[in-house]
Amino acid sequence: MKSGVKFTNIFKKQIFIPLAAIILLALINLIVDPSFFKIKLSDNMDGFKVLSGHLITILDSGSELAILAIGMTLVTAASGGQDISVGATMAIAGSVVVRMIGLTYGAEDNNIMEYAMPLIIAFLIAVVVSMLFGAFNGALVSFFKIQPMVATLILFTAGRSIARWINLGKNVVVSNPSFKYAGVFLPGVPVATPIIITIVCIIIIMLVLKFTNLGLYTQTVGINERSARLNGLNPKMIKMLAFIILGICVAVAAMIQVSRYQTINYSSFGKDIEMDAILAVALGGNALSGGKFSMMSSILGAYAYQFLTTTLLTFNAPPDALPAYKAGVVILLVVFSAPTVRDKISKLFKQLKNNKKSGEAKEVA
Amino acid sequence: MKKKILAVLMSVAMIIGLTACSSSENTETAAAADGGSKLIKVGIINNDPNESGYRTANVNDLKNTFTEANGFDASFAYSMKNDEQIASAKKFIQDEVDYLLLSAADTAGWDSVLTDAKNAGIKVILFDRTIDAPEDLYVASVVSDMEKEGQTAVDWLKAQGLSEYNIIHIQGAMGTAAQKGRSGAVDAAVASDGWNIVTQQTGDWDANKAQQIVQAVIDSGESFNVIYAENDNMAQGAVAALDKNNIAHGVGKDVIVMGFDCNKWALEELLKQNWNYDGQCNPFQSSYLLDIINQLEAGQTLSQKVIIMDEKGFDAATITQADVDTYGI
Repeated sequence: MKSGVKFTNIFKKQIFIPLAAIILLALINLIVDPSFFKIKLSDNMDGFKVLSGHLITILDSGSELAILAIGMTLVTAASGGQDISVGATMAIAGSVVVRMIGLTYGAEDNNIMEYAMPLIIAFLIAVVVSMLFGAFNGALVSFFKIQPMVATLILFTAGRSIARWINLGKNVVVSNPSFKYAGVFLPGVPVATPIIITIVCIIIIMLVLKFTNLGLYTQTVGINERSARLNGLNPKMIKMLAFIILGICVAVAAMIQVSRYQTINYSSFGKDIEMDAILAVALGGNALSGGKFSMMSSILGAYAYQFLTTTLLTFNAPPDALPAYKAGVVILLVVFSAPTVRDKISKLFKQLKNNKKSGEAKEVA
Repeated sequence: MKKKILAVLMSVAMIIGLTACSSSENTETAAAADGGSKLIKVGIINNDPNESGYRTANVNDLKNTFTEANGFDASFAYSMKNDEQIASAKKFIQDEVDYLLLSAADTAGWDSVLTDAKNAGIKVILFDRTIDAPEDLYVASVVSDMEKEGQTAVDWLKAQGLSEYNIIHIQGAMGTAAQKGRSGAVDAAVASDGWNIVTQQTGDWDANKAQQIVQAVIDSGESFNVIYAENDNMAQGAVAALDKNNIAHGVGKDVIVMGFDCNKWALEELLKQNWNYDGQCNPFQSSYLLDIINQLEAGQTLSQKVIIMDEKGFDAATITQADVDTYGI
């Protein structure tokens, strides 16, 4: 009896939707081809044993999205809007990393090692730059009260030009072999580095949410800015903070992706990834109008989306129809994650239970 | 009061922003037309140089050719939007340029403005992209033949004489001219020569998407020996997946890697024999344009209206450092 109640309640839980999506996709793959779940241990280029397989790939490829989903969730919750400049800011942060350690190829000047900084310093500079751009977005939203989507439209439009300017419009390739570590494997570690970085990021944000008031304050501001202010919070600073945290996430994601390929193409780098990140937040069942949020649901939403992408790739879906397939699944998920639909479903289940019970009662009688 | 000041400041900032935009975006005059003595006035409408490495090379090539030293008074306008491009064209017509060079953002909508140009006696030359307009509205067009680019690459692949062809085909953004041309040749060869396509997916010109496509094939345990990527970025992404999974690629190795666009770094990869083939998409149109203008200025008639540029395909076995320096973009 008690388990029955819990069972109906699970539909109301926010985390149910991304979890259900992942389980559903896993089931489909299990039916079509069980070898999808095989995980191998094989040698990589440097002779170390590493894990590979579809599941590992999902965790690996979903890293950037999961990290961005963390920041996007906070921005969404605090400001009730989304940052659409994430891809462009990623191009900026990536360009900064490459410029700081890079080797430049140009028509006139071959091979200029300009800064040749250590990786970690280059990364930290990128973090600072990315935080500044985050603060810029945040200032527009909180102090000038511009709609987040409009405010971030500025960098969405201009960001890639800035990225190009950072690299002086040249194609830059990094020849430093240790640059690969962040995007591929650390020597001797069997798990791809992006997975480790993501786990670290998730642990950090979970600790921050648990031991500070960031989560509570963000939700308060998102639900009602005025009452938050009347209760002594500073909504402007909290919104700023959300955008700055997203800035850090963007820099980490950019570092991972630029390290995967050791080069950057400012026109296609991280293109449309902001939309995927927003989708991850939505798939996590978070209200895009702000307020309450569940961080874990967003992160699971990101992996659910990556699971879908990888599944469609393994099924060899026709390329011109791929976006349509994706859209179809996304519509289903978003509709099911809508609170009204979830309420209806759990009511339906309750009704079924009651009918069954009354039926049993009749039989006994 | 505070709000009012803020509002005023904001609007001032906006106005400054607007004027700054319009002056930098629309036109930058290369030469101050000093009496217009002998300089040929050209208006060049191009796409945004930030669009891609190809476009950057294209813009620089035009800028370096149409200089005052070469006898030109050139004005440039960049936009990726058709309506903005048409507005710039109208402005150039008012400025009474002699030639209007155009790489249109969109194929449609050019009829009326080009008719105006024709009536004003301005000769229009299309470069890089064609448009849907009656042929008499422009004097010539200089274009790439994407079908030919694909065919050159596929012919090269055929000449490799592999015992079997198991191809991962990574396509560009679906529906673009480059994707259609470069995919068409592969599809034809698959039908005629019995090549096996392991997977055919769009990577949207992006390294990350291409990497995921190749990774999915590797994880599924399918075997392949050719990667046909429709641009260098996607080839780079594919190679990242190969490297990660310890699959040898390049000249004389397990997997043949093919790319397009001839980025300098990509040609370097060819030189290191990590890749096998790179097809050119020629951004250097200015010499062709110059040739046309010289002919027209000399009063000659053009032998052909549509000029298809010479485009090469580089083989890692034969490429030299000189090729990298000359053709790398």
